[in-house]
Amino acid sequence: MEILFSVLTVSLFAATIRSATPLVLAALGGIFSERSGIVNIALEGIMLIGAFFAMMISFYANQYGLPPLVSALTGMVGAMVFGFLISMIHAVVSIRFRADQVVGGVAINILALGLTGFLLQLIFETSGNSPSVPNLAAMPIPILASIPILGGIFFNQSPIVYVALLAVPISSFVLFRTPLGLRLRAVGEHPKAADTVGVNVFRLRYLGVGLSGVLAGLAGSYLSLGQLNIFTENMTNGRGFIALAAVIFGKWNPWGAFGACLLFGFADAIQISLQNAGVNIPSDFLLMLPYILTLVALAGFIGRSRPPAAAGVSYEK
Amino acid sequence: MTTSDESTIKRWRERIMLVVAPFIQQLILPVGAIILALLIGAIFILAIGNNPITAYIALLQGAFGDIFSIGETLEATTPLIFTGLAVAFAFRANMFNIGAEGQFLMGALAATWVGTSLELPSIIHLPLILLAGIIVGGLWGGAAGLLKAIRGVHEVISTIMLNFIAIFFIGYMVTGPMKEESALDIPQTAKMLDTAQLMKIMPPSRLSIGIILAVLVAAFIWWLLWKTTVGYEVRAVGLNFFAAEFGGIKPNYNMFLAMLISGGLAGLGGAVVISGLFLRFQHGFEPGYGFTAIAVALVGGNNPPGVVLAALLFATLSQGALGMQNVAGVPQDIVLIIQALVIFFVAAPQIVWAFPEWIERRREAAQAASEGGQA
Repeated sequence: MEILFSVLTVSLFAATIRSATPLVLAALGGIFSERSGIVNIALEGIMLIGAFFAMMISFYANQYGLPPLVSALTGMVGAMVFGFLISMIHAVVSIRFRADQVVGGVAINILALGLTGFLLQLIFETSGNSPSVPNLAAMPIPILASIPILGGIFFNQSPIVYVALLAVPISSFVLFRTPLGLRLRAVGEHPKAADTVGVNVFRLRYLGVGLSGVLAGLAGSYLSLGQLNIFTENMTNGRGFIALAAVIFGKWNPWGAFGACLLFGFADAIQISLQNAGVNIPSDFLLMLPYILTLVALAGFIGRSRPPAAAGVSYEK
Repeated sequence: MTTSDESTIKRWRERIMLVVAPFIQQLILPVGAIILALLIGAIFILAIGNNPITAYIALLQGAFGDIFSIGETLEATTPLIFTGLAVAFAFRANMFNIGAEGQFLMGALAATWVGTSLELPSIIHLPLILLAGIIVGGLWGGAAGLLKAIRGVHEVISTIMLNFIAIFFIGYMVTGPMKEESALDIPQTAKMLDTAQLMKIMPPSRLSIGIILAVLVAAFIWWLLWKTTVGYEVRAVGLNFFAAEFGGIKPNYNMFLAMLISGGLAGLGGAVVISGLFLRFQHGFEPGYGFTAIAVALVGGNNPPGVVLAALLFATLSQGALGMQNVAGVPQDIVLIIQALVIFFVAAPQIVWAFPEWIERRREAAQAASEGGQA
């Protein structure tokens, strides 16, 4: 018990936020996509693409003489652009060509793994780690960072963390308090009805998937530039799927998904700190937690989780 | 030359086409997809300044260059046949089993346990190992089927979750209860006992008798799907849930059954790979056969003979890739790109026509514009 209390520190909660950040961003992306009616199991691959191009662009920007911080920021923006581009493949295949969205997502994940490995080998001649590049390390916010406890947890983090924390209320507002959000949800619940009243189903679905690309790409940039300063092969390591689990566990709601990500992030952080403290509990069971909870939630034992009605169904005019 | 001769020829041609045409139609999509993906792969290879022909020859050499490579390629085909059949069988019931990976790994773990901890004569030991793989893999797949049947949980999500639960459970077992004491840097289990190993059939390669078992199982699944009531009911549910129910078939039971059999096939693959190739379970063993299986099933048209051929194709790509990297200097990850492209083209064949159609529209628009200009 004493050991348990000794690990419950500010640094543990700060680590929770750090573990949760990529999940939060990708999960918000997943919500936009699935709310518009496009199932997105490609989050994993989009994140991987984001992580790679963030590193690569930061590397080249720095080579061309840009200052480190500017290089890293360029990398972050580049990750969003490339995340968007790869998500558009998923969008075109699912929306324009009406392919099975799960099959398309599987292909995107394989494509991302192949493309990043291919480019890593080609450009940096390695199959493991990229060289280190300028990154977006912790940037304490003046005044706020000096608040006891909370300052250490929330306000002494990488800038991408701040973006993620802001993205939650913004996403919730857009989705539930704006006409755009209403239309996006309508298209995912009953596209025919939305179409009848003049909503452009296809355009909104492209928007939903595109937002998922931007957000998951940003999530990827946090892995290579926020947590580390390198890219390693397959560095997402299933985080895209945990984000998907958070979408479901949070019932396709930004705040719900945020809560789920915090829970999953906490499981990850406490697993690491217990290991560091030398406590001999099998960490694998803590790592399993997100997936078990999601299954339980889906089975309806803690309030049934129901996807948008038209998610996964292609729309034909 | 009389008219009756001509009509005989015509009649025969029609008869032949009646038999051959369906085959050609079934083949045209996967073969076209593969050719197109290889062509785009060639563009990638050209773009990095290499010769695609040299690269593809190096790939074939790597996969079939000598008896050793042929054996290794067939050994890589074996697990893909099992997992490909698993995904294909579930697809027949309109169930998308993304969890073949987890079922494969759980089957492999169960086989490892039986093969390392029980001492039995080979004639009992080997069947028991394979059975353990089938049962545990089947339970892992069946769990997803059960969740779908009684709680309506979508199998795509549940099998993804079950994959990760399997990976972490295995991580616990391999670093804990099943860990070999004198282990190296990477935790691993003990080695399969001599009585628990499948026979090698093509030395010096590591090809085991598992490949023959795989082909036999493919034949069995073909028989099960097309010649038995079980297969008929599973396919009926896959084609039309409500019509099947109206016809007196229990859709929920059959979806569960399909996932049970699907998981059993993947689990059997795990058992075969452990007792035929790896001989022990190493920590972090995630070969990805369950994901390649999705491509295998799609390209194979969810039909057992097609699955066997598609498994051979993807094994060739992955075995030859290393040769291609070493000889022609093309990063081996290009085969993953090709694999992804094949999936896209099979899943959305209309993509192939998008570009010519776009050119056609452009030309028509240009023509209309020039005619408008003249008028």
